Amino acid sequence: MTIAEKILAIHAGKSSVSPKEIVDARIDYVMVNDVTGLPAFEVFEEFKASSIIENTVLIQDHYVPNKDVASAEQAKSMREFAGKYKIGNHFDVGRGGVCHQIMIEHGFAAPGRLIVGADSHTCSYGALGALSTGIGSSEAASAMATGELWFKVPETQKFVVDGKLGKYVMGKDIILHIIGDIGVSGSLYKSMEFYGSTIESLQLSDRITISNMAIEAGAKCGIIPPDDAVFNYLKKRVIGEYTPVYADEDSEYDDTFEYNASEIETMVAKPHLPENVVPASEIDVEIDQAYLGSCTNGRIEDMRAAAEILKGRKVHPDVRMIVVPASKSVFEQALRERLIEVFMDADAYVAGPTCGACLGGYMGVLAEGERCISSTNRNFIGRMGHKDSEVYLANPAVVAASAVTGRITDPNDLESS
Amino acid sequence: MVEKCIKGRVWKFSDNVDTDQIIPAKYLVTGDRRELAKHAFENVRPEFADDVREGDIIVGGKNFGSGSSREHAPRALLGAGITCVIAPSFARIFYRNSINIGLPLVECDVDAEDGNVLAVDFEDGKIVNADTGDVYTFPPLPDFLMKLLDVGLIENTKRKLKGTNG
Repeated sequence: MTIAEKILAIHAGKSSVSPKEIVDARIDYVMVNDVTGLPAFEVFEEFKASSIIENTVLIQDHYVPNKDVASAEQAKSMREFAGKYKIGNHFDVGRGGVCHQIMIEHGFAAPGRLIVGADSHTCSYGALGALSTGIGSSEAASAMATGELWFKVPETQKFVVDGKLGKYVMGKDIILHIIGDIGVSGSLYKSMEFYGSTIESLQLSDRITISNMAIEAGAKCGIIPPDDAVFNYLKKRVIGEYTPVYADEDSEYDDTFEYNASEIETMVAKPHLPENVVPASEIDVEIDQAYLGSCTNGRIEDMRAAAEILKGRKVHPDVRMIVVPASKSVFEQALRERLIEVFMDADAYVAGPTCGACLGGYMGVLAEGERCISSTNRNFIGRMGHKDSEVYLANPAVVAASAVTGRITDPNDLESS
Repeated sequence: MVEKCIKGRVWKFSDNVDTDQIIPAKYLVTGDRRELAKHAFENVRPEFADDVREGDIIVGGKNFGSGSSREHAPRALLGAGITCVIAPSFARIFYRNSINIGLPLVECDVDAEDGNVLAVDFEDGKIVNADTGDVYTFPPLPDFLMKLLDVGLIENTKRKLKGTNG
């Protein structure tokens, strides 16, 4: 069995499962955020359930600090729900951050676990060897009440990346390159599993970026076999015990894709699909905004990559750069390393954790005709604001380099200029 | 209970209709389907919310419902009176959400234009385009999903809890 098959089999109490089989599986954690929480709480009340599972996690991140009265009411409903059912795992403003970063930092995500979340980027925890996947609000409520959920066992695709990455090439570029190759429905319903020397050499933050964007290829999950990088990260952090799960030698894959890392450049996904991928060096468009943050690239390693470029430089006068560390602890670490000072010296605007701008909610909404280079995950029509605005997806180094020049820029070109 | 046969007017969409198109994120401050329906497809088909009629059908391209997990998307479609979405393939979370809340989906590549009238028979797995006369067949949902669609996730969960408790 593949990693996904094995995790589902274990959680369904079966010795084996096969692709396309539908199973009821026990879930280890269920998470909702402030946007998907409200509908889940309303549905949960309809069940008239006598209890809620202990492993429920509530995270306020999309529209907090509240963007308007309606979002304030929504956030309030989460506080009330947490109070009513005595849910200890409730991360409110000032204590948490972007939900997926919190799930990882606080040790909910761990190898071999089956985790569901009412947010499509729940697939991020595959980087730690978990099977984690996005679900809707009603089924999050159902999982809170029963501790179980139905799953269709996915077919698995194997992605092998070998070789050494070039300078400024990050996990983001690997996953954009793959999505550019297979398309936004290239992994529809499937489990993407990542192997190879390049993946093994990546720091955890880059692996999280890869798993995070598996959904942009339509995948159910994006799993990387856990190793010491994961085990060391989890020391003193993980809640409870965990058992790593690996694929069997004779696992059956639906397909295998092989890539040479040396051929992967810093990439940009042009509007309006993450599959519209070109090397950053081959695109020359002016930008109005540069956004660094999100569950995709808002970690301390991403802050470092951008700060390295911005140190001693200024953001172009015609560009607004917005920096949003993904969590309180990322923000604190960036302060300690004086990265926040670098950003502010460069004239970037630095804000506390929220998903706000990534989905066009607030804190960086685009006007008609404006363009943003962004370290986020989606460049759909109107994703960050006006329907005639444009989002270009890239890694944090490309975002920083572009902020400096005012045009989409490969950081390697910045050095030589 | 979902009807076994429906007939409705087509709204045609292309490939990769994402959930940000179905319901822009700025409106994700309520779970109310009627309220959400007021903004359905606002950015890409601004006339949709005003012109959609109870019983209309959406015919999409591949990967319909891609992107976010927002259940608000199928809720908005139900709120708008949509009775069925037909597409060659669906994004998985949208698929689950739709079945869970009682919006039937049909995986089928259908040739239809805006305003065509389609008759869909869920049990026989047959679609007829009344305007062109073309007939399409599709495999019915697996039993498990058909039951879930019929009963609804809420009732299904209630039954499960009852079973567990007693």
